[in-house]
Amino acid sequence: MSHTFLGLPTAPRGVGNLRGDQPFPDAARTALRDGQLRANLGHATSTIRAKRAAVVGEVPDWAQLRTAGAALKRATMARLDEHLVALEEQVTARGGTVHWARDANEANEIVTRLVRATGTDEVVKVKSMATQEIGLNEALEAAGITAHETDLAELIVQLGHDKPSHILVPAIHKNRAEIREIFLREMPAVDPALTDEPRQLAMAARAHLRERFLRARVAISGANFAVAETGTLAVVESEGNGRMCLTLPQTLITVMGIEKLVPTWRDLEVFLQLLPRSSTGERMNPYTSLWAGVTPGDGPQEFHLVLLDNGRTATLADEIGREALHCIRCSACLNVCPVYERTGGHAYGSVYPGPIGAVLSPQLTGVEDNASLPFASSLCGACYEVCPVAIDIPSILVHLRGEHVEAQERTTVEGLGFRWLARAMSNPRLWHAAQKAAGLGRLLARGKPTMPAALPPPAWTWTRSRDLPTPPAKTFVQQWTEEHGG
Amino acid sequence: MRVALFATCLVDTVAPQVARATAVLLARLGHEVVVPPGQACCGQMHVNTGYRREAVPIVANHVRAFAGAMSSGVEAIVAPSGSCVASIHHQQADVLRRAGQTALADDAAALAERTYELSQFLVDVLGVTDVGAYYPHRVTYHPTCHSLRMLHVGDRPLRLLRAVRGLDLVELPGAEQCCGFGGTFAVKNADTSTAMLTDKMASILGTHAEVCTAGDASCLMHIGGGLSRLRSGTRTVHLAEILASTEEAVSPHQSTRPAVNA
Repeated sequence: MSHTFLGLPTAPRGVGNLRGDQPFPDAARTALRDGQLRANLGHATSTIRAKRAAVVGEVPDWAQLRTAGAALKRATMARLDEHLVALEEQVTARGGTVHWARDANEANEIVTRLVRATGTDEVVKVKSMATQEIGLNEALEAAGITAHETDLAELIVQLGHDKPSHILVPAIHKNRAEIREIFLREMPAVDPALTDEPRQLAMAARAHLRERFLRARVAISGANFAVAETGTLAVVESEGNGRMCLTLPQTLITVMGIEKLVPTWRDLEVFLQLLPRSSTGERMNPYTSLWAGVTPGDGPQEFHLVLLDNGRTATLADEIGREALHCIRCSACLNVCPVYERTGGHAYGSVYPGPIGAVLSPQLTGVEDNASLPFASSLCGACYEVCPVAIDIPSILVHLRGEHVEAQERTTVEGLGFRWLARAMSNPRLWHAAQKAAGLGRLLARGKPTMPAALPPPAWTWTRSRDLPTPPAKTFVQQWTEEHGG
Repeated sequence: MRVALFATCLVDTVAPQVARATAVLLARLGHEVVVPPGQACCGQMHVNTGYRREAVPIVANHVRAFAGAMSSGVEAIVAPSGSCVASIHHQQADVLRRAGQTALADDAAALAERTYELSQFLVDVLGVTDVGAYYPHRVTYHPTCHSLRMLHVGDRPLRLLRAVRGLDLVELPGAEQCCGFGGTFAVKNADTSTAMLTDKMASILGTHAEVCTAGDASCLMHIGGGLSRLRSGTRTVHLAEILASTEEAVSPHQSTRPAVNA
């Protein structure tokens, strides 16, 4: 019997937050009109860029650390299957329970079942990209369970009935005045005299959250790292909300992408240096919580680890694209990206925005479900330069563009154009004829140095905002050959 | 030295004065310039838009055109474009290898080793920073992304510009931010590209420079197209054109238009 290999399963449709409603250029067009968004993002990204540059600049062996980070990730991915089994053994040996989730639906079902089994109808959450990715809050809500986000920025997003727009700073698109308005509108029992002073806003969030921390019986977290050899999970954070969630409730459920593990305890040394400097621009993050299984009489007495695939194995199968799985979610690439800085995160339609999102989301969902994202980059390379694990994002973007083009079953107008141009550019005689034809465009300019602004598509997409120079009567090569002989 | 000039498809077709300036400059420095007539394109636009299979014959044509020149005593290939040279260095051999053309890929890699972006060729290979140019204008320099981050040209263009007599070099704020060109990005994501261009133009106009220069005619066509649409008066001139300008070539009606015409 013969089988047709249809590829490894990708993240399913209809669940989670990896696909947008609109292609990137359309979503970006709307975002670009929002002056407040542009101002908020410009201010926030330039501040964090400067902070990162300063603390990275003071590490003399940053380049070596970066190389070590990349090498560790590459080696880990090459034997991911073995490390995952080792992790499961260690977590189980220390009193935790490991669950394997093929995709978002399975992960949501597992977590919902686990929460239900505790008899509670509310959970507190540590900021987690994996649970955003699978749409866990929506799944819990459908099951009658309320999820309280406890990270300040996630809280702002949740109270504002909004979506996160940044991996690290989900409310980066909001300024202080907007946050104050959300708190006044949505926070029960908030002081009506609340100002937009950061300390006041933080205190209001603190009072609101404290009540929930003390009440909650179940917490849900993600993980920054998992150490296979010891079964240790790690969460790094700035606010202490994570520490509250990881220690106070009776039950802890951690949802983690399978690519997050490191083989040995020692590997953390590299990543715990790379991550805070790249993400928040701090030498060290204020809170690093590490736990393995359960400890009688101390912290949660029930621990579940949900290992999530959701398209990761499919990504791992791509020799070029798999490097995207090395990401440690620092978001340095978002902060330096000139496209992200102007469009913001929502335009990407996925919880993973910016350059890393443009290579990760299309691989998790399959390229055709996010086909506009690999093109949402000018390939300026700033992302690659700052990536703490040296993911060559521009090369992966170019690779995924190729995958998209090659996935087209029908001939497109663009494809015809490029095929025709390729034929001309590989045959000097045809090429010179094509150049001559292009040169005739100068007749439209009627002696002016630039072409008219109103040109037929696709030239119009250029001339809408930019003049096009009038082509010369003769090309350089033609003129030179006439002067010097062929 | 015998030097082959790769004009690049864009310069050859819409900005021939840039290739001419490169040839004039190299000749003035005492080198023999040859222009292989079979040259067309390096293949970058196809590769970067996803047409890597279609790029194979384009790259093959490039290799054919320049391998021929190398066999006639050419020691180096020079192009007035950071982006095309970066593609020759980082993409051409891979594109051919992916298509199974390993022998041609080896040829491409060998040619890439001899291929230089103009400022790198001048400073690293020829060891000159003062090329004897004269350009009495207020100029700001935009480091294009691929020359900055893929070729690492660093301050070479600035060193060349500082040695130009009469030239008033003003620093461009936020110089390392992309201008928004990005090849087909400029049309596929025209709105985002224009937003990036707007910020770049604001930085340029804030310097009150008469001229914005760079090592890539493509980025300059983008920036210059925007500045022209704004009727800003500030225009774009390729680094090669500035370096090719001399006192002798200045006309009584000298404007920022480069002294060397196509």
